[in-house]
Amino acid sequence: MELVKPEFGLIFWMCISFGVIFFILKKFAWLPILNMLNERETSIQNALDSAEKAKEEMKAMQSSNERILADARAERDLLLKDARDIREKMISEAKNIAAKEGERMLKSARENIQNEKMAAISELKNQVAVLSIEIAEKILKSELSSDEKQKSLVKNLLQDVNLN
Amino acid sequence: MVNKKKFFKQFIIYTSLLFFSNSAFAYDPVENDSIKGSKAVSSPVKENVSEKFNAGKLIMDHIVDSHEWHIAGHIALPLPIILYSTNTGLSIFLSNKLEDEQVYNGFKLEKNKIFAVNKAGVIDEAASAKLWDISITKNVASLFFSIGLILWIFLTTAKAYTINAGKAPKGMQSLLEPLIIFVRDDIAKSAIGEKKHKKYLPFLLTVFFFIWINNMLGLIPIIPGGANVTGNIAIGLTLAVIVFIITILSSNKNYWRHIIAMPGVPIGVLVLLTPIEIFGMFLKPFVLMVRLFANMLAGHIIALSFFSLIFIFAELNAGVGWGVSIFSIVFTVFMGMLELLVAFLQAYVFTLLAAMYFGTAGEEHSHEEHH
Repeated sequence: MELVKPEFGLIFWMCISFGVIFFILKKFAWLPILNMLNERETSIQNALDSAEKAKEEMKAMQSSNERILADARAERDLLLKDARDIREKMISEAKNIAAKEGERMLKSARENIQNEKMAAISELKNQVAVLSIEIAEKILKSELSSDEKQKSLVKNLLQDVNLN
Repeated sequence: MVNKKKFFKQFIIYTSLLFFSNSAFAYDPVENDSIKGSKAVSSPVKENVSEKFNAGKLIMDHIVDSHEWHIAGHIALPLPIILYSTNTGLSIFLSNKLEDEQVYNGFKLEKNKIFAVNKAGVIDEAASAKLWDISITKNVASLFFSIGLILWIFLTTAKAYTINAGKAPKGMQSLLEPLIIFVRDDIAKSAIGEKKHKKYLPFLLTVFFFIWINNMLGLIPIIPGGANVTGNIAIGLTLAVIVFIITILSSNKNYWRHIIAMPGVPIGVLVLLTPIEIFGMFLKPFVLMVRLFANMLAGHIIALSFFSLIFIFAELNAGVGWGVSIFSIVFTVFMGMLELLVAFLQAYVFTLLAAMYFGTAGEEHSHEEHH
C-alpha cells in the first residue's frame, strides 16, 4: 500500500525541483538551443538553395556560352567566305586589267611598228625619188651632151607624139 | 554519419556502464548477507542463522523511499529530515538521530514514516496528523542530483551552441541534438502541429529528459543512482497533474464541446457518452502516471527478484546458490538492456502522450463534417 500512496514531501520537492529546472532550462537551454538549431537549419537550407541556384545559373551560362561560340563560329565562316570572294574578285580583276594592258601594249607596239614602217617606206620613197631624180639628171646629162643626141631625142619624142 | 557514429559510441559507453554497474550490483549491498547466509548454511553452527532471507522485504526496502541512503552493507548516508508541525514549528535534523526507532525531539521513525510521539514515547495520532514531512529523502536527494546533472548537461550544451554558433555540433551536442530534434519533430510537431508546437516544446523537452535521465539513474545501482525516482508514484502524479493543468489551460471551446456534447451525436447517446468523456479527461493523466510508475517499478522489482533468487536458492544449498547466480546475472544483464530501452521508451511515451493531449486540447478546426 505504501507503494501507491504518494508522499507529500516528495510531491513538494518535485514541484519545486521541476519548476526550477523547467524555468532555468527554458530560459538558458531550450530557447537558445532551439533558436540555434532553427538558424542552422535555415542557413543550411539557404546554402542548398543558393547552390541549386548557382547550378541553374551555371547551366544558363553554359548554354549562352555555347550560343556565343556558335555565333562566333558562324561569323568566322562568313568572314572567311567574304575574304575568299574578295580574293577571287581581286584576282579576276587583276587578270582583266593585265589582259587589257597587254592588249593595249600590243596595240601600241603594232601601231608603232606600222608608223615606223610607214616612215621607213616614205623615207625609202623619198630616197628612191631623190635617186631617180639623180639618175634622171645623169641620163639627161648624158643624153643631152651632144647635138645629135639632142636631135635624135627630139625626133624620138616627136615620133612618140602622134599628131592626133 | 558522424553524428550517428558518435551516438553509438556514447551508447556503447552507457551500455558498458550498465554492465559494470550490474556486476557491481551483484556484489553490492546484499553480498554481505549472501556470504553470511551461505557460510551459515555450510557451517556446523546453524543456530547462528539469525533470520531467514526475506526477498519481499529486501525488494520493498529498495523500491520505496527511505530517510537514509543505503550505500553498502551497514553503511548508509544519513539524510536531513525537515518537519513542520503547527504545534512545534519547523524542525530540521539528520536522519541518523532516528536510527533504530529512537525517539528524538518528540519524533519517531517507524516503517519509513515519521510520527510525533508524546512524552511517554507512544505515537500521538493527533499530532502526527498535523505533521508535514518535507524531508530530503533518498528520492528527493536523487531528484536533486538528477536536477543538477540535467542542468549541468544542458547548460553546457547550450553554451556549446553559442560558442559553436553556426558550426557542426561537437561532443555532447552531437549526442543530444538528435534527441532534441527527435522530440521537436517526431513528438511536438507531429502531435501538436507546426503552428502551436513551439509553445509546448520547452515543457516537452524538460519532461522527456527529466524522465529519461532519472530512469537511467535508477538503473545505476550504486550511489548517486539507484533510487527509484520515476518508479515512485509521487513523481508520476506530479508530472501527470502538470500535464493535466497544461491541457486544461490550452483547451479551447472546441475541446469542451467535444467532451460535453459531442457534435452530431443524438441526445440519447450523449447521456452515456458525456460522463465517459468527462471521466476520460481525468483518466488520461491518471494512465500517464500509472504507466510510468508501474513500468519503472516493475523494472526494479524484476532486477531485484533475479538477485533474490540467488539467496533463496543459497538457503537450500550454497552450491545451488552459486549455480543460480550465473543465470541470475545473465538474466539481469538481459533485463538491464531491456530496461535501458524501457527507460527511453517510457520517456518517449510520456512525452508523446502529453503532446497529444495538448494537441487535442488546442485543436482549432471543427470535425463536424466528419460526424
